[in-house]
Amino acid sequence: MSTFFDRILGREKSSAKQAKDRLKLVLIHDRVDMNPGTMETLKDELIDVISRHVEIDPTAVRIEMNQDGRQQRLIADIPLNPTSRRRSRKRV
Amino acid sequence: MANKVFTITSGKGGVGKTTATANLATALAVDGARVVCIDADIGLRNLDVVLGLENRIVYDLVDVVEGRCRLRQAMIRDKRLPNLFLIPAAQTRDKTAVSPSDMVRLVDELREESEWILIDSPAGIERGFRNAIAPADVVVVITNPEISAVRDADRIIGLIEAEEKGPAKLIINRIKPEMVKREDMLSPDDVLELLAVELIGIVPEDENVILSTNRELPSSSTENLKLGKLSGISLPG
Repeated sequence: MSTFFDRILGREKSSAKQAKDRLKLVLIHDRVDMNPGTMETLKDELIDVISRHVEIDPTAVRIEMNQDGRQQRLIADIPLNPTSRRRSRKRV
Repeated sequence: MANKVFTITSGKGGVGKTTATANLATALAVDGARVVCIDADIGLRNLDVVLGLENRIVYDLVDVVEGRCRLRQAMIRDKRLPNLFLIPAAQTRDKTAVSPSDMVRLVDELREESEWILIDSPAGIERGFRNAIAPADVVVVITNPEISAVRDADRIIGLIEAEEKGPAKLIINRIKPEMVKREDMLSPDDVLELLAVELIGIVPEDENVILSTNRELPSSSTENLKLGKLSGISLPG
């Protein structure tokens, strides 16, 4: 439970918090049996496939693995760009 | 049919399965119930010594399974608690001496006359674990509030589900409230958030556990025991 002042004074998070954060990641990867590196490949390929069908901004894409009780969820948040309107070259 | 066969397992070794099994069995027997414990840790038996019954072993689990004795002959009756029985593990064999179906058959023989059957599982995820959970109505996972224990508990919970013995129940053992307060130890809430199973008990670290084991008496049988600890555990069913 580090406060704002703890953080600006540079006090690190508690060891319990550190343990919990590490465990979160470890458990996700243990459960799904996916290496952390594979996630990057998955993200790239996903962006690739979606880009073929609709215009997106690859830098705005968020793909995360979340824990929902005992269930793991892959959450992809992909903002879709509005279709660009053709601009007439003629100016009136 | 009420749940009466409970397997106590953990994945990780040394988190307190045998101690918990011994103390739960003793507390239930002190309460008047007829309890049979089975030590499924073939080759590394310890339930006998924690219950203080190590000098009474004549026959063991493997003798029963291999037909060298009748089930009743392997059941050691505790002289201090006449409704507490132990079927000890063999010490000079290994987990392959018994199969899951052997365990189911054996436990079925005990069901009718016992109110509770507690099975002390070995550590690990292999044959010994599968033997221990095969006859279970409920599987209880013991863990410690510590990274490697929780990680292994998570794995074992997944395996319990895969073997269709879920959902597992959780006991968090060896909590040190002062360390949790200082945020130097995972809290029960932390562990629950990570493992996402039903919590049925929290047991604090206590020196008395070692003292009792030294003196062949599970803590549950000593008057000084803060029963508040064990009253935190409710066996489902």
